[in-house]
Amino acid sequence: MRVRPMLNATYIALIPLLPLAGFLMLGIFGRKYFKNTSGIIGTTLLLVSTVLALYTAYGYFFEYGKVEGIYQKLVPLKYTWLQFSEGVSIDMGIILDPISAMMLVVVTFISLMVHIYSLGYMKGDERFPVYYAFLGLFTFSMLGLVVSSNIFQIYIFWELVGVSSFLLIGYYYDKPSAVAACKKAFIVTRFADVGFLIGILILSFHSGTLDFNTLIATLTSPETAGYKSAAAASFIGVSALTWGLALVFIGGAGKSAMFPLHIWLPDAMEGPTPVSALIHAATMVVAGVFLVARLFPVFAISSPNALTMVGYVGAISALIAALIACTQTDIKRVLAYSTMSQIGYMMFALGVSKYGGEDGLGYTASMFHLFTHAMFKALLFLGAGAVIHYIHSNEMKDMGGLRKYLPITHITFLIACLAIAGVPPFAGFFSKEEILLAAYQNNPSIYWIALITSGLTAFYMFRLYFNIFWNKEAHVHKKVLPNPNAPAPSLLERAGGEAKGEGGFAMMMPLILLAVGAAVAGFIPFGHFVSSDGKRLETAFHLQFSIAPVALGLAGIFIAMWMYKTENDKPDKFAASLSGLYKAAYHKFYIDEIYLFITQKIIFNLIGRPAAWIDKNVVDGLVNATGNGTKDISEIIKGVQSGKVQQYAIYFLVGIIGLALLFIYWWT
Amino acid sequence: MNDFLTLMKPELVITGIIFLLLFIKLGKGLKNETMLLVIQVLLLLNFLAGFFLNTEGTLFDGMYLTTNMIVLQKNILSLGVYLISLLFADWFKKSEHMPEFFMLMLSALLGMFFLISSGNLLMFFLALELSTIPVAAMANFDLDKKRSSEAAMKMIMSSAFSSGILLFGISLIYGATGTTSFAELPQQLNGSPLQILALVFLFSAFAFKLSIVPFHLWTADVYEGSPMAVTSFLSVISKGAVAFIFMATLYKVFQPMHATWYNLVMILAIATMIIGNLFALRQQNIKRFLAFSSIAQVGFILVGISSNSIQGSTSVVYFILIYVFSNLAAFGVAAAIAAKAGRENIDDYKGLYQTNPFLSWVLALALFSLAGIPPTAGFFGKLFLLTAGAAKGSYLFIIIAALNMIISLYYYLRVIRSVFMDKNDEPLEKIKIEPSAKLGLMICAAGIILVGLLSWIYDYIQSMA
Repeated sequence: MRVRPMLNATYIALIPLLPLAGFLMLGIFGRKYFKNTSGIIGTTLLLVSTVLALYTAYGYFFEYGKVEGIYQKLVPLKYTWLQFSEGVSIDMGIILDPISAMMLVVVTFISLMVHIYSLGYMKGDERFPVYYAFLGLFTFSMLGLVVSSNIFQIYIFWELVGVSSFLLIGYYYDKPSAVAACKKAFIVTRFADVGFLIGILILSFHSGTLDFNTLIATLTSPETAGYKSAAAASFIGVSALTWGLALVFIGGAGKSAMFPLHIWLPDAMEGPTPVSALIHAATMVVAGVFLVARLFPVFAISSPNALTMVGYVGAISALIAALIACTQTDIKRVLAYSTMSQIGYMMFALGVSKYGGEDGLGYTASMFHLFTHAMFKALLFLGAGAVIHYIHSNEMKDMGGLRKYLPITHITFLIACLAIAGVPPFAGFFSKEEILLAAYQNNPSIYWIALITSGLTAFYMFRLYFNIFWNKEAHVHKKVLPNPNAPAPSLLERAGGEAKGEGGFAMMMPLILLAVGAAVAGFIPFGHFVSSDGKRLETAFHLQFSIAPVALGLAGIFIAMWMYKTENDKPDKFAASLSGLYKAAYHKFYIDEIYLFITQKIIFNLIGRPAAWIDKNVVDGLVNATGNGTKDISEIIKGVQSGKVQQYAIYFLVGIIGLALLFIYWWT
Repeated sequence: MNDFLTLMKPELVITGIIFLLLFIKLGKGLKNETMLLVIQVLLLLNFLAGFFLNTEGTLFDGMYLTTNMIVLQKNILSLGVYLISLLFADWFKKSEHMPEFFMLMLSALLGMFFLISSGNLLMFFLALELSTIPVAAMANFDLDKKRSSEAAMKMIMSSAFSSGILLFGISLIYGATGTTSFAELPQQLNGSPLQILALVFLFSAFAFKLSIVPFHLWTADVYEGSPMAVTSFLSVISKGAVAFIFMATLYKVFQPMHATWYNLVMILAIATMIIGNLFALRQQNIKRFLAFSSIAQVGFILVGISSNSIQGSTSVVYFILIYVFSNLAAFGVAAAIAAKAGRENIDDYKGLYQTNPFLSWVLALALFSLAGIPPTAGFFGKLFLLTAGAAKGSYLFIIIAALNMIISLYYYLRVIRSVFMDKNDEPLEKIKIEPSAKLGLMICAAGIILVGLLSWIYDYIQSMA
């Protein structure tokens, strides 16, 4: 007998609540009672969540979600938590629509993979239960965020996600760099969150509601009073509606590490590597994209200007991050910039999209890329984790030739690299293709930026790949390398400087599962499920269109191969080429030189280095200057606080007279 | 007569307790420990009594008035005083003149009750004096410390100055309108320059009590020099009471001039938040740090007040309730450490978590709440203040307020970092906390979490407004 899934709020609510239960249980009793079993407990709870999420998504997409060919926005659970005033209330609810159903699956699945992987990676860490408690808290917050039915609810979970990210980045709290990084991440994103909060206030003030469905309905139909007041009110020549959306987007840009609010992301790599995979690659950083997608009808219908801004911010972030990624030598930092670049892709895909029908291709493409990116980026990070676990270093120069020692990691990493580079038939190819097509149709300048970025992506990913797995000979690794970034102190002790091979089953299984996902996820007909207006969208495949990006991608791969695969093989190659193929070798060498010149001298020195420099000195500097400036001013005004009562009285009097004059003569 | 008894019940209960303490003291007296326990029980009863037999009405030709909202405000203050009696048990037990201290504190509280209930400028003035003068005496209670006397002197002189200006303002109002009654004043106000001058004078008296910039300068010296119990009384109870009456006066009496006072409140709120934050950034002494951060908090209260609506008054009362829990928790932890280890510098708190996890967690919770980080109650408090303020549509103002929340986050986190993350080879020893102080800290911690999460509390306040 076939069971037909029914819409049932209880088990949907259990999806986020189970990880919360895990957090509470392990957080409170973990150290005492579950010292060794906490990993298993956390993982089991999440496994149940994942099954429920899959069941929910299946039910939604295939059974009850569709009414007359359109996917509905269902609200199976809504609890009025705080009645603020007539019509304005803060609810705790669940919204079920294509993107939230998809995100439920993505978040639980990636989180489950990370839970399992951490069983091996974090083994022996003395704060093991705390680690799993934090993971549970993060998963709960992220799941709560994606199902939020109320803009305020999303804000609360948004902040919770920030807090749990702060805790996880600073997990190695005895490392000063980790402490600095978690503070930086927290403060930068909080800064952006202020924009979000003000945006919420503006939007809800004009629409008179905090409920997503009502808010979107009000702000997209020009005849409502809320729309009229939002469009009429203006500040510096821009309507309140556009301000509200732009401010909300600033919040999203902070979480999603868009330029120029991206500075926290590379530093956030101080956290344990599985955490980077979960938070800073696959789930939390796409929250900004999700937020824009959630409010997409308002952006697209009522304020195309705000949406255009989203598009350009996304495109600029994608390009800048790709350029910087080419110059990095820390493998996690390469991946961090690559994440930023890919999220830029998702953002500008939304930016070039319109609402409804064929024009909504960008929206579908963006969500599709979010989905596939989660797979291969998590895989890349977990693979990098396996490498770091083996080598005890993050630096490329310490690596090379690892394909013989880490065969499974090698194969899965290669699949992920092919996927992100957009090589058919791997997942990234399909989603990137749709994004490029959407950009091509709507905004040519963004299309060209995107095309260049996709070539660069292939180049830097394979630079990374060849440097880790090919390049030098492997005997380098016999000696103990200095270890600035070891996963856990206890691991270092256990390692004792000897090569240990790949991690156990717990670490390999997620890699294999994710590799399967990264290989086949592209074949899902995504437009059938997720589209801007809920209707089925047929995504046609244009062969002639995909020639250019694939060719560029392959070119990038080959350049990377020339430059990095052969570095230590050169003696052998020379020997071979001397025996008769001198001329060919000469020419090859010549081409090598050109490529070296172009990439090293022009791209690295003229574009990449300055971009990295601006990033480090100007953007970072501005943030620091704000802090220092405040301190300086407070030094100056210190003199006022002298301790003399007579002086206090004078200031008092001056204050009164000043105010009186101000209000009687000037400001009346 | 019956009216008199029910309407003035809060004041009568407090007066009764003052006399009871006086008789006990004049008689044989009790041991300090027993006495403190008696006082704590009495204050708890006083707080609980506030929930029964409440009516609304006026007395003495409108000199005194009370409503459900006013009763609620008085209850919040009573709760604060009860918490103070718990949290500073260490210091009280050592004090030679503890009953006198409580008599003074309850007299000041009585003054505040009359202040909130006042319906006439003369009543208002009397009540304000009654709520100030005993506190100056309390500030001097560390008799062997020079700083304590200095604090008392500074306080009495500054407040005399402020009172002078307030009286001047009241006489100007009387001259311009011919009345001092709150009920009759609104009809007479028309925004003439003389009335604006009077408003500014009156305003300065409120601003002085609330430590609004530029009338705040006395605050730091007095807070630092006074005993911790007095500092917390000044920064929580006294500010709460004045904020309540300030709001009532602006909303009811000066409603006709609200365009003027809105701008006044806005300018001073911005100045207060910025200056308070800038000073708090560099403080090393925990008392001074909390003093300046409480100045910045008042700036946020002004944001809520500026909204001139029911939402505004609800959010202010709600915030002050949260502020009572959060700030008293922070002071309570600081007092426990100061009493046992004699340390008041933030640097001494490094590595506190290694030895005193309970105190560390309470302090962290309190500071998170003061900084407005969810899910603590302080977040909701700040949020409602800003939402209420935003309803007026002056976004620039709200943006400045929100940016100040970020700056404050920096210095609150700095303390938390010291406590949890900084390594210290010689952290403070394990501190034995008085049982009653521990109870107080637990109540505060529970309040910080629950007031935000239990939505009916906000609804309840709103239903009173």
